[in-house]
Amino acid sequence: MDIFLLEAVVDGLLLGGVLALLALGLNLIFGVIDVVWICYVELVMCGMYTVYWLYSYFGVPFILACIAAILLVAVLGLAVHRLIIEPVLGFAPINQLLATGGLLFFLQSFTTLLFGTDFRNVGIHLAPIELGEIDVSKARLLAFAIALLGAGGLYLFLKRTYLGTAIRAIAEDREVMGLMGVSPRSIYFITSGIGGGLAGLAACLLVLQYDVHPFIGNSFGPITFMICVLGGLGNMIGGFAAAFIMSQIIAVGGYYFSIEFSYVLAFLLFIVMIFVRPQGIFSR
Amino acid sequence: MSKGVLAGIAGLIALALVPFVAADYALHIAIQILIWGFIYTAWSLMGRFGLTSFGHGAFLGIGAYVPALLWNYYSLTPWLGIPVGMALAMLMGVLIGYPSFRLRVVGHYFALVTLALSQVVLLSLVAAREVTGGSLGMTLNVKHSWIALQFGQKSVFYAIALVVWMAGLVVWWRVDTGIGRVALEAISEDEIAAASGGINVMREKLRVTVISAALTALGGSLLTQYIQYVNPDVVSGVAVSLQIVFAAIAGGMGTLLGPTVGAFFTIVLNESLRILFGIHFIGAANTIYGILLILFVIFMPQGIVGLIEGMSARSVRGVDEEEAAPAVPKP
Repeated sequence: MDIFLLEAVVDGLLLGGVLALLALGLNLIFGVIDVVWICYVELVMCGMYTVYWLYSYFGVPFILACIAAILLVAVLGLAVHRLIIEPVLGFAPINQLLATGGLLFFLQSFTTLLFGTDFRNVGIHLAPIELGEIDVSKARLLAFAIALLGAGGLYLFLKRTYLGTAIRAIAEDREVMGLMGVSPRSIYFITSGIGGGLAGLAACLLVLQYDVHPFIGNSFGPITFMICVLGGLGNMIGGFAAAFIMSQIIAVGGYYFSIEFSYVLAFLLFIVMIFVRPQGIFSR
Repeated sequence: MSKGVLAGIAGLIALALVPFVAADYALHIAIQILIWGFIYTAWSLMGRFGLTSFGHGAFLGIGAYVPALLWNYYSLTPWLGIPVGMALAMLMGVLIGYPSFRLRVVGHYFALVTLALSQVVLLSLVAAREVTGGSLGMTLNVKHSWIALQFGQKSVFYAIALVVWMAGLVVWWRVDTGIGRVALEAISEDEIAAASGGINVMREKLRVTVISAALTALGGSLLTQYIQYVNPDVVSGVAVSLQIVFAAIAGGMGTLLGPTVGAFFTIVLNESLRILFGIHFIGAANTIYGILLILFVIFMPQGIVGLIEGMSARSVRGVDEEEAAPAVPKP
């Protein structure tokens, strides 16, 4: 096998970890609340800025900066739900998409207003690991491992805890669960917080690999939605697998053609797949 | 003659007089409002019937780039290039619309499919950087003449934009008063019931999609001809597609002038905030814009024009879906 192709495959695998983590939180929110936060990656951006400012400017240790970012974005998630989603929950689904789209505009321009359009880097450079003949980015490997851990943790939480069971039950049937004494309102609230926290976690991992700027959501947002839909909106395992399929297309396509063209392929695949298997590639 | 027709004629005369009294800057704003108002009107042809496209940037991009490329590389006049672009956009509308409607891809699934389509166009334009100039954009070869559809004077372009905008309103009105509207409203409320009532759901949906795609492409062509520069992000970026949706909704997509009011509102707001804050506060305008959009969706999803009509017609009740599309009186 060509060494560069191998490198592309490994790179795709690691990119898949990051994309999977991004898709995880969005999928959780969609599965439980039945709402698409089109501003999800903009929340990740807020987390990235938090880490950047705390770590690079105020000298807070990186781990503490990460914890602060996760908490802050979790609170943001709660605020998004209470202030924007709750008033439009009864409306047509498209209005919910539009309301969070308004927030997307707001977050992009407000961060431009505050920080300008400069690309900012936390300046942490982890040395790449040599695996045989290829170099593997340590930041990506770390992101990949933590994404897997995060997914595993979420899975255990949903399967093993009382709260997790209640969340899954609401996702299954919201009318009946209300009668069983589970309040959808508080479950939605908690889920939004967890979804926000996952966005914060993704922010901590992305900030090690990419510069942060107000429009970073434009490069990650669309592909994240496509992954969620491809895996079956709300189907977390499907979303996880779809992330790796998409990242392979992007990485290997980038090896053969150009990176933009590989994204074109990924989006075309999405369009075809939604027609062939609208419930996601892993639906039964 | 009814009051409405008189008001319409008076309005048109006033619009026709604008170039004689307005300064260059005001004329520039007016041209933008007309072209974007036309594009938003084209979007609302689909949007008001529940076909919420998040990807009109795809059609806009085709319309903007195809005539420009044909002109720059083959010196083909935009008079032929623009129809080619519109035809390609229509083809794209069919390619995405037919399977979507056939397989009932609706709601946010339809929004995401169209969003993916706009990404395909955007990234293809960037990827073909040897031809299109990529993210840096492309400047039209300048030649002020009717053949090139380029003019040194803004007033000529104002006249063209005015005519095209009015044509857009006529198309909107024809769709609104035609038999298709009843069918489409029935479809957007209950597709299966409409189909069992003998309505060809597929054909009606495809028809508005194709018209909407063609008009949006025309709007894109006009923008390029006017500015003489085109850039993938400006015509096909996610932000543009979202902006189209928001402005149409802010103005009110269920009424004839709603989308144009949306264009007027957003462009004037943007310009005044820009003047107010200056370039030191880039982003200030869009920050306020974003907040307003959220408030619009939450508190008045029927838009500005819908709200005014609602207030004058009857006391405003809740903001349910039926209110979003107030019936326009038949002539």
